[in-house]
Amino acid sequence: MTYFTLSLTLLFVLIPLILAHVLKLNIEKDIIIATSRSIVQLLLVGYLLQFIFDQNDPLFMILMVGLIIFAATHNARKKGVNIKGITWKLILTYTTIEILTQSILIGLNITPATPQYVIPISGMVVGNAMVLSILFLNRLTDEVEDKQSQIELILSLGGSPKQAIHRQLITSIKASTVPTIETQKTMGLVQLPGMMSGQIIAGADPIQAVQFQLLILFILLTTAIITSVMLGYLSYPALFTEKMQLNDNLK
Amino acid sequence: MKQPALSFIDVSFSKGDLHIIKNISGEITAGNITAFIGPSGAGKSTLFRLINQLTTKTTGEIIFNSQSIDTFNPMTLRKKVGVVLQEAVMIPGTVYDNLRLPRQLEGRDLPLTEAKDFLRKVGLEEKFLHTKAKELSGGQKQKVSIARTLVNEPEILLMDEITSSLDQVSAQAIESLITSFNHDERQTILWITHNIDQAKRLSDETWVLIDGECLYQGPTADLYNATDKHVRDFLEGGDGP
Repeated sequence: MTYFTLSLTLLFVLIPLILAHVLKLNIEKDIIIATSRSIVQLLLVGYLLQFIFDQNDPLFMILMVGLIIFAATHNARKKGVNIKGITWKLILTYTTIEILTQSILIGLNITPATPQYVIPISGMVVGNAMVLSILFLNRLTDEVEDKQSQIELILSLGGSPKQAIHRQLITSIKASTVPTIETQKTMGLVQLPGMMSGQIIAGADPIQAVQFQLLILFILLTTAIITSVMLGYLSYPALFTEKMQLNDNLK
Repeated sequence: MKQPALSFIDVSFSKGDLHIIKNISGEITAGNITAFIGPSGAGKSTLFRLINQLTTKTTGEIIFNSQSIDTFNPMTLRKKVGVVLQEAVMIPGTVYDNLRLPRQLEGRDLPLTEAKDFLRKVGLEEKFLHTKAKELSGGQKQKVSIARTLVNEPEILLMDEITSSLDQVSAQAIESLITSFNHDERQTILWITHNIDQAKRLSDETWVLIDGECLYQGPTADLYNATDKHVRDFLEGGDGP
């Protein structure tokens, strides 16, 4: 695709801009900012990826994966500011799923250890984990706020913090993984996944594209469960004091 | 002279600049019913939270079984000092699920026969055992809540306004239940109430808390001989300072 052709795609941005203006939705500024940011960010990433692919040096590849984990942590931590140590807990979770995923893929010779494979797969895995952690942290905070009396009831009966928060933890883990599971149920019926569609458009064999997409789906399912369970069990102790009381900033 | 069940030595609790409990000292006699009365926001419920460590005092000492409560594992302390709250919080499930909860927290279970005994103890028929807890009336929930706390066999029972949201008949039923526990088992009971008449009816001793300070502690029978102006104003229907 040439830059001229790419500029023609901006016509698609014109349509929501016109609609927003006519219907007085007052989102024109946001549309322009979102469009500008996506152009700049994606082009920058494109050039950065081009540079890394050209170097073919594992150090650059690891730095890029580190950058992905850093960006995801920075974004998700805002939802868990009440949880002490949330930053390192997110970094540990994302790093664990990244190592686990790449160990299986590279260890079993499913994908080669080259930046062309490692970086996009890391982006998908950590990106999905980031969305999931935001959903999880949102839900857990809401659950603790709503069910404070149930949590304190269990504490007052002599239960441990883990027993007191068990129900809320399970509800939050379930709630955050449901979107990933539900999306997989309708995959191919309602939507063709972006990566698979991209490969087909780029001329790949559809069966090959499907096989690759299935691989990604299974990875995302595994990492979704691991992310919420790991984050849940790392986070809950921070909701309580040493004296096994609910933290004041959560009440 | 009876041994104190609990002793308070200069206990205070502050939250930021707000002084909620101010230098409270005194003793709770074992085997008695002690009423805690005072206007809303006087710090009565906070004092209960300090006793079973759902909140930590800022300064002072609370002594239970000749030991500072700070030396207890909070889980052990909370089993020995049981609390029943005004809202009678139920966990989702049946009455039996609620009754067996304290045992399950210890990794054990409550046999059905024992569960029925606890229900009878609080004046509920055993047919309620498999009723969904959310389907119970306010008074029934409160009875289940008391029975659930009793499963832990606490040495002290803290009752926080447990009849304030109940109708008169249910409130009287709970009152006679608590009185019989106290008479039959010499259970030490600390009872927060807004109702001065209830305190007079039930308690051996009364503490009057106003604005975080304990301005009267002594026999309930002598309550109206209190000399403190704020206590007298409160007893005469005022709201304290």
